[in-house]
Amino acid sequence: MANGIEEQEIQESDHREISVAEFFEKNKHLLGFENAQKSIITVVKEAVDNSLDACEEDNILPEIHVLVDEYGDDKCRVEIRDNAIGLSKENIPKVFGKLLYGSKFHKLQQSRGQQGIGISASAMYAQLTTGEPVTVYSKQEGQPCRKFVLRIDTETNEPEIMDEETITPEDDEFPGDKDYYFDHGTTIEMNIEAKYTRGHHSVRNYLKHTAIMNPYARVVLREPDGNKIEYPRVSKELPEPPKEIKPHPHGVELGVMLRMIDNSSARTISSFLQNEFTRVGRTSAEEICEEAGIDDGRRPNTLTKDEVETVLKAAQRVNLQNPPTNCLSPAGEDLILKGLKKELNPEFTEAVTRKPKVYKGNPFQVEVGLAWGGDIQDEGSYNELRYANKVPLLYKKSACVTTKAVETVDWARYNISQSGNRPQGPLYISVHIASVWVPFTSEGKEAVANYDPIRKEMKLALQEAGRKLGKYLKRKERRKIQEKKKRKLTSYAKEMGPAIAELAGEGDPEEFENLIQNMVEADYNPEQL
Amino acid sequence: MPKKTFENDESTKERLTRLGRKIKNQLNDPEEDNLTIETKVRSKSNVEYDEEDGRLSLGDRYSTRKFLNISHARKFMQTMLVASKTKELVETGRTASIREVYYQLKHSVPGLDENTFEDQDESNNVVVDIETATGAIREDLHLFAEPKGRLFGPITIDDSGDEIDCMAMGTSGLAIPSIVDHYEFVENNADFILVVETSAMVNRLVEEDFHKEHNAILVGTGGQPSRGARRLINLMHNRLDLPVYVFTDGDPWGYYIYSVLKSGSMSLAFQSDRLATPDAKLIGMTMEDIEEYDLHHVTENLKGKPKDGGGPTKDYKRVNDVMEYEWMQNKDWQNQLEKMLDKGVRVEQQALASQSLEFVAKEYLPHKIENQEFLD
Repeated sequence: MANGIEEQEIQESDHREISVAEFFEKNKHLLGFENAQKSIITVVKEAVDNSLDACEEDNILPEIHVLVDEYGDDKCRVEIRDNAIGLSKENIPKVFGKLLYGSKFHKLQQSRGQQGIGISASAMYAQLTTGEPVTVYSKQEGQPCRKFVLRIDTETNEPEIMDEETITPEDDEFPGDKDYYFDHGTTIEMNIEAKYTRGHHSVRNYLKHTAIMNPYARVVLREPDGNKIEYPRVSKELPEPPKEIKPHPHGVELGVMLRMIDNSSARTISSFLQNEFTRVGRTSAEEICEEAGIDDGRRPNTLTKDEVETVLKAAQRVNLQNPPTNCLSPAGEDLILKGLKKELNPEFTEAVTRKPKVYKGNPFQVEVGLAWGGDIQDEGSYNELRYANKVPLLYKKSACVTTKAVETVDWARYNISQSGNRPQGPLYISVHIASVWVPFTSEGKEAVANYDPIRKEMKLALQEAGRKLGKYLKRKERRKIQEKKKRKLTSYAKEMGPAIAELAGEGDPEEFENLIQNMVEADYNPEQL
Repeated sequence: MPKKTFENDESTKERLTRLGRKIKNQLNDPEEDNLTIETKVRSKSNVEYDEEDGRLSLGDRYSTRKFLNISHARKFMQTMLVASKTKELVETGRTASIREVYYQLKHSVPGLDENTFEDQDESNNVVVDIETATGAIREDLHLFAEPKGRLFGPITIDDSGDEIDCMAMGTSGLAIPSIVDHYEFVENNADFILVVETSAMVNRLVEEDFHKEHNAILVGTGGQPSRGARRLINLMHNRLDLPVYVFTDGDPWGYYIYSVLKSGSMSLAFQSDRLATPDAKLIGMTMEDIEEYDLHHVTENLKGKPKDGGGPTKDYKRVNDVMEYEWMQNKDWQNQLEKMLDKGVRVEQQALASQSLEFVAKEYLPHKIENQEFLD
């Protein structure tokens, strides 16, 4: 492999095709593999995201096991199993052994993964750091289990099958040598350079965040020391699966448009616009062409690049209906509450799912959850749970629009103290953006860009939830004050009974005390505002 | 000890009982959902200065203390405790110091992490509340404070049957108790009363035999005068027709002492007729003394001069406060305080020692008295 690169470098031409190994080396920081601590989180994340996507697509309640073992210095064996429908024999090598091969890249539909790069990049990382191939088991219902041992050919970006085996489910177990049984599903094993740690940036925290946002999944983690953590399933309902939609003219860029024209079989621009885009009917298509000053009967592939750009700009000026929002799959308030409750056991929870909004032709939807008190420790600053399409974001918190939104809210109004702009106390704030196109700040997909419409939605959601929390805290505070007052007055009454009897020169001290106690009791009203 | 009975005991008992009955009636009235006591507001906003009379008096504003108001409850409870204790004192014919009352009533409140009284200020405040609520003064309630202040001079006082010759008090003087209403003045050969702020100056004057040579009653207040000292000066002035001269440091604190003696204090404005002596005059120190006796080199700078953007603090603030008081509005006083601000200095009584130790007794005071050089 190293030889390959050197050979290429001594060629005379400046222009050459780069190998995937080289591409990976150059971009591994963008792909989440910049250090051993982060890499293991990335490997788990990519596999778990795929598993959840796959399960949801077929309406299967996800069951995911993550097993980590340490071996040697800074090396781990990682195994991730799921119970999705499994992959066909033909697909397995490509999914795991070819970069940029995926089922979701071309779809306009909300999903966790997008580019078909994550899991194969993990395999690449394994190969580069330990030299070992990955092993995949996959079983579809009623089929035998397939086992593949795979490498990526770094010259050609093609899977190299080192070993292939069909395991006949003699005793109905999948895979044959595993200690659990799924009728269908996929297991991937790889050896990677990794540092298994605890704390905020850890596999454990990643799975905990995942469990909160996906409470219909059961996730089990076995840590290197044998410690087993189960994130239980508390809901048997999956969120409504997202629908695939066509692009909206307000949300496409020139390059995409040109490619769409290439791939289209439409005979006229008008029908091209109507067929390939959402929310464009005959009237709108004609209006766009008229606005662009281009004959709507022309064949799409006769348009020059400049003309296509004119059409695109004209479309921006034409009033079109917003894109449909059923391409989104928010978790929903109910699941957010369930997730927060089961993992955090708080005293108070509140969730708000906003109505979908459109940003530059792309629908997006914001949801927030608040969890306060109970088992949540007061560590000073609040804890933030950030999600994009239900995937936890652990890094680059301060660059993320979620954090900016949290900081623009006046938490003091809701009885939450603030230090700087950040809320304080035993508080978890979860912020989720669901969209077919989440504007990440970088290719690493670690933080969401601080765009005004998104931040505004988040702020509104946080305020709505914050008001509920504030009301609860205020009531709690009142109750505390009222109870304290009652306790005081009750004690004072005992002092005052005899004093009043002495002062009045008549009457029974105990009777006076009782009369005062009655008065205190009548005055006590924990709901008083 | 024989039982102590005072002239007002019957009415005091009645006043306290009336307070108790009021609370009792509130408890027995099904319409009543709170317990209340009316006390007079004792803050500056309810203090009035009667120019003709020359005294401060308390206005008519009442505040209602409510038991079920959490910010009043503790004080309400304390008021009941102290009031019933004083009633017990009156009934059993005993007197107690306000410190003793504090210790008698202080205990932890069962069920709470607090004491009935945390410090003596709390019980002292409640005593004044009871005074305004019932109209019975502290002395009537059989309460007294620690003696504060000393007296020397050609006067003989009968205290509960014992005659005290105040000319024969050595260098100690008569310790002025907090209750002096029972004093009888058996014999008086004094020409005037000299009230002195600092104890050190009293010692100086006694050592120089000032009281003997000038037939003067010397009253040392040791700073702000106690109720007993103020009442005694008031009694001597009224009964013996003696002029009162006040000798303080030349600073806002000293002048305020003079103003308290003369017109009364804000917190005890309801007793000004017993405690204030409007005829009292200030003998010194004045700002003019600095020129007259060449004291420039022994003055002290006033502290707390206002800096850029900030208001005055410490001495400067006090000067401004005193200048604002309604009862300090005459021209001479305003003049005096303005001079002080101009010079930016204060001058202590002891500064006169820069001339000689006996100077104050042999020259300064005699000269001023002879020439009737006073500030009024």
